[in-house]
Amino acid sequence: MAKLPPLAQYALRLGDDALILGQRLSEWCGHAPALEIDLSLANIALDLVGQATHFLGLAGEIEAKGRDADALAFKRDVLDFSNCLLVEQPNGDFARTIARQFLFSHFQELQFGALTGSTDPRLAAIAAKAVKEVAYHARLASDWVARLGDGTDESRARMIAGLDWMWRFVDELFVLDAIETKLASQGIAVDKPALRAAWDARIDGVLAEATLSRPAPHRPVLGGREGHHSEHLGHLLSEMQFLQRAYPGATW
Amino acid sequence: MNNDWPLWEVFIRGKGGLSHRHAGSLHAADPAMALDHARDAYTRRMEGVSLWVVPSAQIVASDPAQAGPLFEPAEDKIYRHPTFYTIPDNVKHL
Repeated sequence: MAKLPPLAQYALRLGDDALILGQRLSEWCGHAPALEIDLSLANIALDLVGQATHFLGLAGEIEAKGRDADALAFKRDVLDFSNCLLVEQPNGDFARTIARQFLFSHFQELQFGALTGSTDPRLAAIAAKAVKEVAYHARLASDWVARLGDGTDESRARMIAGLDWMWRFVDELFVLDAIETKLASQGIAVDKPALRAAWDARIDGVLAEATLSRPAPHRPVLGGREGHHSEHLGHLLSEMQFLQRAYPGATW
Repeated sequence: MNNDWPLWEVFIRGKGGLSHRHAGSLHAADPAMALDHARDAYTRRMEGVSLWVVPSAQIVASDPAQAGPLFEPAEDKIYRHPTFYTIPDNVKHL
């Protein structure tokens, strides 16, 4: 894929994060531990897909080569996806899914909160709508972390294991590469490293409530923004993109 | 053994000024979870601005077998309806 303009690349990253996590969560549909949780996870998935539609639509508009949000979602190969590695991780058990949501939603809420002040009015508008949705995701996931962590021996062990599995993908959330550093200096993109202290405080607060401690430090895994993904993303895309690959242009 | 979470009744206020109305029920392990589930299950289409959840076990219900003695005596007491007053034209929403 030809290099996108920096602003389009940035919108694509924001959109890919939401799209891939939305697709992952939708895998729970019909399989959640309770009917009510099935609805909660599907609601979050739909919020995320909605955000992805806006961000990918904007990326296509800036690129100006005729690709809309659908084209970017369904007709791009795995190496061209720029989501962070955290969101593509498999669901695992419910606690692992909650761990991923907890770590990501708090990051996303802080990120969108800052993005509402972007000098690009289109990014600011999408963020203003999304930040309310994401605040709820963060609260819901936090409640579950506390409930599972401070629950039975079984739920506690699973919550600890879930956080431990996801922890190595946290540092990537706060990386600012050359593209985003330039955009951040123009007030367009969010200065993500500046969000880390607030994120740490939120996470530690909920972990204290859950009577859990932070996972042991892991060697961070990076590369999602450059298209270096885990094997899991290809499998996710093969399912998500099947219809448009098998029947190009199909509508209903 | 019953592994289901306890049952809760959900009440929604449609908009400011209206009373909360019963919308349905759901399962949840604790009050916070019941509110979250109520939000996710019953307010997806802008149904409300406020939610109440009440443990179903706390609802005291009348006995259906007693419906006759309880409710039928009111049937022939039409004079209890305030329908014999003339409403001034400029009184709205009555």
